[in-house]
Amino acid sequence: MNRYIGYLLVLALLLVAPFLVYPVFLMKLLCFALFACAFNLILGYGGLLSFGHAAFFGGAAFITGHAIKVWGLPTELGLLVGAGSAAVLGLAIGLLAIRRQGIYFAMITLALAQMAYFLFVSADFTGGENGLQGVPRGTALGIFDLQDNINMYYFVLAVFLIGYAIIARTVNSPFGQVLSAIRDNEPRATSLGYDVDRHKLLAFVLSAGLAGLAGATKTVVFQLASLTDVHWHMSGEVVLMTLLGGLGTLAGPAVGAAVIVTLQNYLASGALSAWVPVVLGTIFVICVLAFRRGVVGELRVLLRKTF
Amino acid sequence: MPDSEDFILETRGLTKEFKGFTAVDDVNLKVRRHHIHALIGPNGAGKTTVFNLLTKFLIPTRGTITVNGRDITATKPAEISRMGMIRSFQISAVFPHMTARENVRVALQRKLGTSFHFWKPVSSLNSLNARAEELLHMVGLDHFADAVAGDMPYGRKRALEIATTLALEPELMLLDEPTQGMGREDVERITQLIRKVSAQRTILMVEHNLGVVSTLCDRITVLQRGAILTEGDYATVSADPRVKEAYMGKAA
Ligand SMILES: Nc1ncnc2c1ncn2[C@@H]1O[C@H](COP(=O)(O)OP(=O)(O)OP(=O)(O)O)[C@@H](O)[C@H]1O
Ligand SMILES: [Mg+2]
Repeated sequence: MNRYIGYLLVLALLLVAPFLVYPVFLMKLLCFALFACAFNLILGYGGLLSFGHAAFFGGAAFITGHAIKVWGLPTELGLLVGAGSAAVLGLAIGLLAIRRQGIYFAMITLALAQMAYFLFVSADFTGGENGLQGVPRGTALGIFDLQDNINMYYFVLAVFLIGYAIIARTVNSPFGQVLSAIRDNEPRATSLGYDVDRHKLLAFVLSAGLAGLAGATKTVVFQLASLTDVHWHMSGEVVLMTLLGGLGTLAGPAVGAAVIVTLQNYLASGALSAWVPVVLGTIFVICVLAFRRGVVGELRVLLRKTF
Repeated sequence: MPDSEDFILETRGLTKEFKGFTAVDDVNLKVRRHHIHALIGPNGAGKTTVFNLLTKFLIPTRGTITVNGRDITATKPAEISRMGMIRSFQISAVFPHMTARENVRVALQRKLGTSFHFWKPVSSLNSLNARAEELLHMVGLDHFADAVAGDMPYGRKRALEIATTLALEPELMLLDEPTQGMGREDVERITQLIRKVSAQRTILMVEHNLGVVSTLCDRITVLQRGAILTEGDYATVSADPRVKEAYMGKAA
């Protein structure tokens, strides 16, 4: 019951937020929150450390930008095309990587994502160093002008909530049960007759598609897709967000993303702008040493102890 | 083929080499249907390796394996399980973050065919709860249904493993030291349980506790340094001086 009250409070807060805080900042935050939650599906629930998720986030960012700007697709369809392409790319990379374990899986996903990065650097449609600029925001459902930041915000919020709902359901589904069994004890899951590679592959594809949805949405908000979205820094950042917020908790990665995006925003404008990586690095070290479960994970344990 | 009538499992010349070291050496094992068959031998004799070969967790260097007359030498581990041959592991193999009920249910779930359905609510599995609880009752875990498996006492974890294995209604069960590290009471309970579930099934078990072997097993194969030393019923095997020597050698 407490859980539902918590969800309702957060929802209410999200609904009034654009009148209190700069909406573009909030939209950026929601996009990264969705990215981190999608990433957590494969790291936290699938037990696989992917170091190539920037390929899905950034790849979808470019494809959606191109689909809306050049092909003239409506915004919603553009997002779906981006997310769908990310899922297909996820399937391709997943097929090559899924049999590997631990560090090898991280290395292969990194290598394949770098290949995707070089493709995007050299392809014409990405605009190279300049990125893909001037993507029109369009309208939502053909009615609401998304050029208006408040309208855009509610559109992004809707996308985020849909993505989050898909993740929450996946975790709490028959598939989610098998996935957690595999994460808990892979040989045993095999001996019960489950084809573990295929289950992991589905989790990877879902994670890639939703990460793509996040990147695609970000393109629409900023009307821009750039090479930083596909750079391996982005893959590292999402790991950091997820670990900071709480691995394998539903809401944790969103909280981690909020913390990192907020810090980046405030530090970037102040005197500390050159120190952003150092500050983030320090936070990461403290988090790994002192709060292994992440912000939400530690809070949960604390709540359980006090009540 | 009269052989496949009598023997559910058969190996011919089964061999596994690890970088020049032969862990399993030309093993010809025959397990008779509805028997409880023990595989014994000193530490490092290759018992677990034989299990890994039989369930295809390891690829044999040489030799063939047939189950019900079908050659499974090229079959994948998950497929072996779907053929009705389910193994347990030497170290306890539960799903530690799931409850006991969920542990059993995840095994029952396989036959439902919804293991890829990520859009359905988990409550769609509730129809399996009654059967899961029945299985938990069978192994004496009625009061543990909602316990998180990782927090359960060791003996109870092993009982949970057996319940999970039984959920798949295996034709052939492979148990790797089911009573290892247990107190006397737990050993007694597991022994009773194995006897109870052995009806209409075949069981191949690795077991160090000779008391358990003598009360349960119809036939015993003794393994030493990867090769079969001798085979027979308990009286024959325990009277064999080479078996005593093999076990003495281990103690020294
Ligand atoms: N993957 C492997 N690589 C190399 N050597 C291995 C491997 N697995 C097992 N061995 C070796 O093979 C031999 C047999 O091991 P195995 O685990 O099958 O013995 P066991 O009879 O089950 O012993 P225990 O009673 O201690 O469980 C041992 O010497 C072991 O070190
Ligand atoms: Mg062993």
